[in-house]
Amino acid sequence: MKKILSGLAALCLGATMATAALAQEEAHNEANPTHFPIHRPAELDWSFAGPLGRYDKGQLQRGLKVYKEVCSACHSLRLVSFRNLEDLGYSAEQVRALAAEYEVTDGPNADGEMFTRAALPSDHFPSPYPNDEAASAANNGAAPPDLSLMAKARTVERGFPRFVFDVFTQYAEGGPDYIHALLTGYEETPPEGMEVAEGTHYNPYFIAGKSLAMPQPISADQVTYEDGSPQTIDQYSRDVSAFLMWAAEPHLDERKMIGFRVIIFLMLFIGLLWMTKRKVWAGVAH
Amino acid sequence: MSGGHSTYTPTTGIGRWIDARMPLPRLMHDSFISYPTPRNLNYAYTFGGILSIMLVVQILTGVVLAMHYTASTLLAFDSVEKIMRDVNSGWLLRYLHSNGASMFFFAVFIHIFRGLYYGSYKAPRELLWILGCIILLLMMAAGFMGYVLPWGQMSFWGATVITGFFTAIPLAGEWVQQLLLGGFAVDNPTLNRFFSLHYLIPFMIAGVVVLHIWALHVTGQTNPTGIEVKSKTDTIPFTPYATVKDALGMVVFFLLFAYFVFYLPNFLGHPDNYIVANPLKTPAHIVPEWYFLPFYAILRAITFNIGPIDSKLGGVLAMFGAIAVLFFVPWLDTSKVRSAVYRPWYKLFFWLFVVDSILLGWLGSRPAEPPYVVMAQLATLYYFGFFLVIMPVLGLIETPRRLPNSITEAVLAKNHGSAAAHPAGAAAAPETKA
Ligand code: HEC
Ligand code: HEM
Repeated sequence: MKKILSGLAALCLGATMATAALAQEEAHNEANPTHFPIHRPAELDWSFAGPLGRYDKGQLQRGLKVYKEVCSACHSLRLVSFRNLEDLGYSAEQVRALAAEYEVTDGPNADGEMFTRAALPSDHFPSPYPNDEAASAANNGAAPPDLSLMAKARTVERGFPRFVFDVFTQYAEGGPDYIHALLTGYEETPPEGMEVAEGTHYNPYFIAGKSLAMPQPISADQVTYEDGSPQTIDQYSRDVSAFLMWAAEPHLDERKMIGFRVIIFLMLFIGLLWMTKRKVWAGVAH
Repeated sequence: MSGGHSTYTPTTGIGRWIDARMPLPRLMHDSFISYPTPRNLNYAYTFGGILSIMLVVQILTGVVLAMHYTASTLLAFDSVEKIMRDVNSGWLLRYLHSNGASMFFFAVFIHIFRGLYYGSYKAPRELLWILGCIILLLMMAAGFMGYVLPWGQMSFWGATVITGFFTAIPLAGEWVQQLLLGGFAVDNPTLNRFFSLHYLIPFMIAGVVVLHIWALHVTGQTNPTGIEVKSKTDTIPFTPYATVKDALGMVVFFLLFAYFVFYLPNFLGHPDNYIVANPLKTPAHIVPEWYFLPFYAILRAITFNIGPIDSKLGGVLAMFGAIAVLFFVPWLDTSKVRSAVYRPWYKLFFWLFVVDSILLGWLGSRPAEPPYVVMAQLATLYYFGFFLVIMPVLGLIETPRRLPNSITEAVLAKNHGSAAAHPAGAAAAPETKA
């Protein structure tokens, strides 16, 4: 009886899971896709992935350079202040010099006038546009979004059963994987018959449609690396994605370090409690 | 609560002085030290303790978060980011609080499934069960309002959708919705009242928890056999037996909690909540937190009108009905046997119900399009069928397995009578090495 019952239950479970997995595979129409992104981003190896992951400071510095020289022309980074850059391995002096390259509006002064001055380490990255309207006007009606939290604000849906495996593999890099895929995804030409709206650019990795208002933002050799890293679109994209992950989650290193200790502590504690429990309950039938 | 089993004898002068005036230490002693618990409880019974500690975790982290949080539509999002970036260990506090809410719900679901499996709701524990259902409702209100506070896209749109349900109520609908919102749309007044209520509700929960535990200590716990405690050999004192077992359960649970907080802190949240709320831009899919998904699936499964009830009202009724039905479970189950251990058919339908609930949760995260809608309708049918048809009918027709005469008999049969019948010897066995 018991066997039949559990067999039945297992059958139901199996059938449900199969339906669930299949239901996600929608019919695909090349020229007129209805589900985005058209391609899933590749899963890259990140230095900050996994239980012992740490940011690679060299990579973050390169990423900052890409942001400063390319992305900052259109995108703000309003939640990051210059002093935070000390996390990337810069000294207080270097940060002060770096901040001074930017101008910010301050005031009013004693005469009631607003004025501009060189940025201080306590200032945040200034926005390239005075307001959202100006930003949209300059970009075909689509304002470039702020990048401070971008690496946590986008993740391509993982779907069943992948999201279950993610718990065990600790996959939490959907954000940087997406940004990298987006930046390297402009190469392909749209499939035959597809209409791409004017002023937008086809990118099969874009999460919300077949094309977006951002043109291919970066080309090979556009940013000079001093540490000999390859000056390719792929490398630039990796570096700026890692930098944006740091911008979104500046305490990741600390979190993983403390987490590792907490987990070791809890495991030892469990071991001790388990032995105590066995001793207390020894000889008590239960 | 102290009932007839008080064994407390104050040993110090101060102890006797307090005991004669306000016997709080006696209450604590009788509730957490000498309180008799069935000897055969398994780890499914540790979730009550886990829930209590999670409520404490939520209140402690919440009170500190509230010191740094600003309930204003202009500042809320940035104040949470300030907590994440600049407040000392702020990221830890916030991840503890947001993942703590998920863990709290995870534990309460297991706690409820435990109750359904072992028939914990049956007489004389109906009130105990109903108090638990009230706690669930309050938790849902707290979780929903908390999720609005960081003022991200999902906060805003989730609040818009969920408060919109109330307009389905005939006549009073609009008025109820405006009362919740403090206006005609989700805005600053909404955020302010949600913050106020979000601070209040956990303390209301704490109050109901006290009643819940009081009721528990009057009727005593159930146990996996479902047979009431009959003699002294059926029970063991709370301390050290239940204390150490509950502690072990809690720490294992903390391990899971820590795993999410430190390694997957955003896994259970939605990426859109890292985008500032924008009333002009609707997200592609609006989904609530994972713990509301089964109910959300039920809401959206009603896509048809039923007589005078249109599909919108029907969906809302089904959703609230899915929780309301829990209140009636003590009277829906007609079986004389309490525990599923002795009910082979109920056991099967119970596990199908667990699978069905998980399936509903997954369907709640899918867009409302084929084939998900039909799947959700079938799953909803089983959800209600389990409570309204299977429970009453099965109790009348099922032949249960033979019940043991007492807890002691069941335990000794399991252990082939090899172990000591009474724990007194065990507690005083100094030769056992750990
Ligand atoms: C010429 C201006 C411009 C430059 C330079 C630029 N972007 Fe963009 N970016 C945009 C615009 C405009 C959008 C909005 C696109 C839309 O929503 O259609 C955008 C959107 C994005 C998005 C969000 C896509 C989404 O999923 O919504 C990301 C991520 C992004 N940019 C990253 C970058 C990075 C990294 C760089 C630097 C390598 C960069 N951008 C350089 C204009 C620019
Ligand atoms: C029943 C217990 C509680 C539950 C289930 C709960 C749930 C939640 C949830 C789901 C969030 C959103 C988290 C996020 O996504 O960021 C939240 C936020 C918040 N809660 Fe609670 N909470 C509880 C108790 C409390 C208490 C007692 C307080 C205050 C005294 C509090 C204060 C806050 C504050 C200030 C926020 C906003 C900051 C943030 O988003 O992290 N909470 N709560």
